[in-house]
Amino acid sequence: MNTGKTAAGILLLTLLAVAVQVGASVSGRDYYLTQLTMAAYTAAVVMGLSLLVGYTGQISLGHAGFVAIGAYTSAFLSTAPLAHASGTALGKSLLRFHVLASRPELYGDGTVVSLAPGLAFLAGLLLAGLVAVGIGYPALRLHGHYLAMATLGFGLIVYRLVLGTAFLGAADGISSVPPLPILPGVACTGEPGQRIANYYIAAGFTLMVLLFLLNLTDSRTGRALRAIHGSERAAAATGIDTAAYKLKVFVLSAILAAAAGGLLTFYRGSIGPSDAGAMKSVRYVAMVAAGGMASVWGALVVGFVLTFLSLRGCFGSFDDAVFGVVLIVIMSFTPEGPFGPLRTLVVRFRARRRPALANGESEKEIPRVVA
Amino acid sequence: MSLLEVQGIARAFGGVQALQEVSFAVETGQIHAVIGPNGAGKTTLFNIISGLLRPHAGRITFLGRDITALPPHRISRAGIARTFQTLALFENMTVLENVMVGRHLRSHSGAVAAALRLPRQLHEEKRIREAALGYLSSVGLFSKAEAPVSALSFGQRRLVELARALATEPRLLLLDEPASGLNPRETDDLAQLIRRVRDDSVTVLLVEHDMSMVMDISDEILVLHYGRPIASGSPAEIRADPEVIAIYLGGEFTGAAC
Ligand SMILES: Nc1ncnc2c1ncn2[C@@H]1O[C@H](COP(=O)(O)OP(=O)(O)OP(=O)(O)O)[C@@H](O)[C@H]1O
Ligand SMILES: [Mg+2]
Repeated sequence: MNTGKTAAGILLLTLLAVAVQVGASVSGRDYYLTQLTMAAYTAAVVMGLSLLVGYTGQISLGHAGFVAIGAYTSAFLSTAPLAHASGTALGKSLLRFHVLASRPELYGDGTVVSLAPGLAFLAGLLLAGLVAVGIGYPALRLHGHYLAMATLGFGLIVYRLVLGTAFLGAADGISSVPPLPILPGVACTGEPGQRIANYYIAAGFTLMVLLFLLNLTDSRTGRALRAIHGSERAAAATGIDTAAYKLKVFVLSAILAAAAGGLLTFYRGSIGPSDAGAMKSVRYVAMVAAGGMASVWGALVVGFVLTFLSLRGCFGSFDDAVFGVVLIVIMSFTPEGPFGPLRTLVVRFRARRRPALANGESEKEIPRVVA
Repeated sequence: MSLLEVQGIARAFGGVQALQEVSFAVETGQIHAVIGPNGAGKTTLFNIISGLLRPHAGRITFLGRDITALPPHRISRAGIARTFQTLALFENMTVLENVMVGRHLRSHSGAVAAALRLPRQLHEEKRIREAALGYLSSVGLFSKAEAPVSALSFGQRRLVELARALATEPRLLLLDEPASGLNPRETDDLAQLIRRVRDDSVTVLLVEHDMSMVMDISDEILVLHYGRPIASGSPAEIRADPEVIAIYLGGEFTGAAC
C-alpha cells in the first residue's frame, strides 16, 4: 500500500498547479491557462485509457468516440430548444426545479429553453457507459484483439455520424454551448472572467481522477486487472472473473473519456467533428504508451505535456505525425515506456539490495501456512 | 462420495482425439497421479477440469456438484486450484503480488472501497499481504517477496505458482509437471512439500514425468495412452501392469527423461 506516497504526490502536484497559475497570472500570461485547462482534461482521458490498455491489457482504438459522445450529448441537449416547454405548466415546474434551463436568445431578445447543462452532461456519461457495454460485452467475452477491432469500427462510425448529422451541426459542430454551473458564481465556461476558476476546475477534476486511479490500481481490484494483463488464463484459474473485470474497466474508461469530453465542451463552448476523428484516438493510445503503459502518473504527465505542446502549436503542421512517431518509437524500442528500462533496473537493484520487505515484516512473525 | 468424478470425458483438436472415454475418481485426502507419454492428453485433462477447455463429451462432478460447464473462475471458487506446465505467472508483478492475487477469492473489497481507502479495505489489504507472505514462506521464497518474478530461477518460479495456487485455499490442487526443470534436490523438497500439502487436507491431482517421485508419493495412479486410460491402481499395481510395462519397454515412455 502506497497511501503515504500517493498523498505526498497529490499534495506536491496540487502545489505545482497553484504555482503555475500564480506564475502565469503574475507574469501577465493568463492566456496560458486556457491551454493548460484543456490539456488537463485530455490528461484525464489518457489516464482512464491507461487503466484499460496499460493495466488490463485491452486496447481501445476508439476512445475519441467516447470523448465525442460526452461532448456532443452535452452540447446538443443543453442547446436544443424545447420550444413549447416554457409555455406549459409542466415546463414551468421543470424550469423551477432546474431540470430545464432558459437563456437569452443569441439573436433577438426572447429566451431559449433547453435541458439543464448538468443533466445534459450526466446524459453524456450515461450514453457513453451504455454504448461501452454494447461494444464491450460481446468483444470482451472473447480472448484476443476483438476489442481493438470493435472500438476501431466504433470510432469511425461516431466520426461519420457526427459529420453527417444535421442536428449535430455536421461539419460545423455545435457552438454557443451554455456554461455548466458548478458552484454559485462558478461555472465551467470559456468566459474570460472565469479563466482562473476554470483552470482550477480542470485541475481539481484531473487530480480527483488521478487519486481515484492511483488508489484503484494499488488494491485487490488493481492486482486483478494486472493479473488479466499478465496471464488471462492464470487469472481466471485463480478465481478472477476476467470478462466482468474487463467490461467494467472498459466502461469506466469510456465514462471518464465522456466526462472529460463534456467538460471540455462546456469550457470551449463548442464541439466539432475533428475531436471525434480516428487520429485523436491514436493520439490517446500514443500518450498512454509514452507514459509507460501501466502508469497512471506517466499517463498524466505525458498526456498533459504533449497535449499542451500540441495546443501551443509547438509541433506545427506535423502535429498528428508527432504522435504517430511517438507511438512507433516507443513500441519499437522501449515498449514499457521511455522510463521502462530505468524502472526495471531500479526494481532489480532494490530486490538485490533490500531483501527486507517494504512493510518491514520478518519471516519469523509470519506463520507458515503449510507447516 | 469421491471428491472429483470424471465420467466419459472426450475432447478432440481437429483430427487429433486428445481424450476419449476418460473416467476416474479422486478420493479426498489422496495424492492421485496421472501419467502417460508426451501427448497422452494429461494437460488437456487438466484444462478441462479447471474449465479452460470445454469437453466434447462427458461430465465432471466436484463435491457432488456438476462443474462441467462452469467458467474457470467459478471452478476456482468451487475449490479447485492449478499450476501450469508452461508457467503462467504474472510477469508484470512482484513475487508477493503474484501470490496476493491468489487471495482474490478470499477477499471482497471492491473498486469503491479501494478508491476511498476505507479502513476496512486497508485492513483487508494488510491481511491479504500477510497471508500471501505465509504461503511464500511455506514454499521457501519469503526472502524473494519483493523481487520481480522475472528475477527468479525456473524452479523458484514453479514454486511461486504453487504458492499462488495454495493461496486460494483449494480442496483440490492440480499440479502439471511441477518437478520439470528442477534438480534432484529441489525435486525431493517438492515431494516433501506436496506431502505436507496433502496432510494439510488438500487433495492433489498430479501430472508428472519423474517416475521415482510419482511412485514415491502417489496413493493412486492413472495411466493415459493416446487419450485413453489404460491402467489405474496403486503404484505397486501400476509397476506390475503388463500393458504399462509394454509401453515402457517399447521405449515410448522414458520416465524422467521428459
Ligand atoms: N490447443 C490445442 N490445439 C491443438 N491441439 C492440441 C491443443 N492442446 C493439445 N493438443 C494436442 O492434444 C494432444 C494431447 O496434448 P496434451 O498437451 O494434453 O498432452 P500431455 O499429455 O500434456 O503431453 P506432455 O507430456 O507433452 O505435456 C496432443 O496431440 C496435442 O498436440
Ligand atoms: Mg502436458
